[in-house]
Amino acid sequence: MFDFSVVTHWIDGLLRSFLPEAATIVVECVLIGLCLLVGYALIALALIYAERKICAFFQCRLGPNRVGPYGLCQPFADMFKMLTKEIIEINHVDRFLFNLAPFMVIIASVLAFGCLPFAKGLQVIDFNVGIFFLIAVSSIGIVGILLAGWASNNKYSLIGAMRSGAQMISYELSIGLSIMTLVVFAGTMQITEIVELQNDGWFIFRGHIPAIIAFVIYLVAGTAETNRGPFDLPEAESELTAGYHTEYSGMHFGFFYLAEYLNMFVVSGVASTLFLGGWMPFHVPGWEGFNHVMDYIPSIIWFLGKCAVVMFIIMWFKWTFPRLRIDQLLRLEWKYLVPLNLFNLLLMVVVVVFNLHF
Amino acid sequence: MNLTLFVVVLLTAILLVVAAMTIARAISPRTFNKQKGEAYECGVPTRGKSWMQFKVGYYLFAILFLMFDVEAVYLFPWAVTVQDAGINGLLGVLFFIVILVLGLAYAWKKGALEWK
Repeated sequence: MFDFSVVTHWIDGLLRSFLPEAATIVVECVLIGLCLLVGYALIALALIYAERKICAFFQCRLGPNRVGPYGLCQPFADMFKMLTKEIIEINHVDRFLFNLAPFMVIIASVLAFGCLPFAKGLQVIDFNVGIFFLIAVSSIGIVGILLAGWASNNKYSLIGAMRSGAQMISYELSIGLSIMTLVVFAGTMQITEIVELQNDGWFIFRGHIPAIIAFVIYLVAGTAETNRGPFDLPEAESELTAGYHTEYSGMHFGFFYLAEYLNMFVVSGVASTLFLGGWMPFHVPGWEGFNHVMDYIPSIIWFLGKCAVVMFIIMWFKWTFPRLRIDQLLRLEWKYLVPLNLFNLLLMVVVVVFNLHF
Repeated sequence: MNLTLFVVVLLTAILLVVAAMTIARAISPRTFNKQKGEAYECGVPTRGKSWMQFKVGYYLFAILFLMFDVEAVYLFPWAVTVQDAGINGLLGVLFFIVILVLGLAYAWKKGALEWK
């Protein structure tokens, strides 16, 4: 299995050979930032294209197919259009908070994005409390959305933000508890270690029943957390025009759009890291030949492939189910998912303590 | 090392927003119109302020969330060590979770989970 840390160590050594210590660190930091930005932008563009195409196929349309082959240049055209649109100054907004909100949303998604293990040795932030840190930073996004809604001084925005706040904090509980179920199973919170532990089989197979329940809960809660799919009532366009970003225009709006797609990627990235083995290939204990063949597929393809599968499921939700009402949404969380989650946590502890897993 | 990387990623995020906003402000057109600055309300002028008292229902869920979120903070360290703690870890936390479930049941019975 190719280890990306070979490349990073080579670059490190190369820089150290002709630069002083301090300059090396600065150059490396800049390189990390650039790689992160390029990855962030590319994934966002790919996701926008994929969403439009998939949505089109679900509705028996063709989707974008004029700009470039198969419409592949469409997201670039969209991006430039958004950059060249006027940023309208609204009279009665709280200007500071209004401008601060996109920062919060983007910071949350970039920090969470930086925690994901893309391939063996290819991960920016790797704390020993990694997965906990990821939950913590991704919850900053809620503050951004609430600020956007409050600062806009618009009734649609306010209702959208309040709904969004109630929805996101509620479903964050389910995300936290289902991740905790897997932390009980793994016995560590460091993301690299969690991935390494799945060498003999992914957690969703090794943890059998409680892991599968946790995976389903995580998918539902993750879809709600990104304000998508049947849970998109913060921006329900038929009742609230655009919800919390009604007053945002041009690139200001573009950031919310960007963050929504990247949050979807982060949710699917965490799902594939915790449940589907991250960059770890599909291994069956005892089948040495099979495992070696699987190791030939690069780890980054495994990770992105698993993310793609999970993202396709999330998009499938969006284009299949009708939107929920706020009372149905909160009832689903507090009366079904939270009790089920607590029960599932205890079930997982029983499985771990009495060694009933594979 | 990790803390440095955290700061780098944070600065990257801030830089992304600042750079994109600067480019957008530089190349986007500007026109002035008195109507344009009004709050959007599907064509009619907006009435009253939007910074007002809001439905208390959301607040109840926020309080409930606080209770369970603090619980999650307590449970995460336990989750890491439960494999070493074994059956004692299970029994100890069972007590904790039963009290929490009682709290949830109380809120449920009082009607805090109903949307009115």
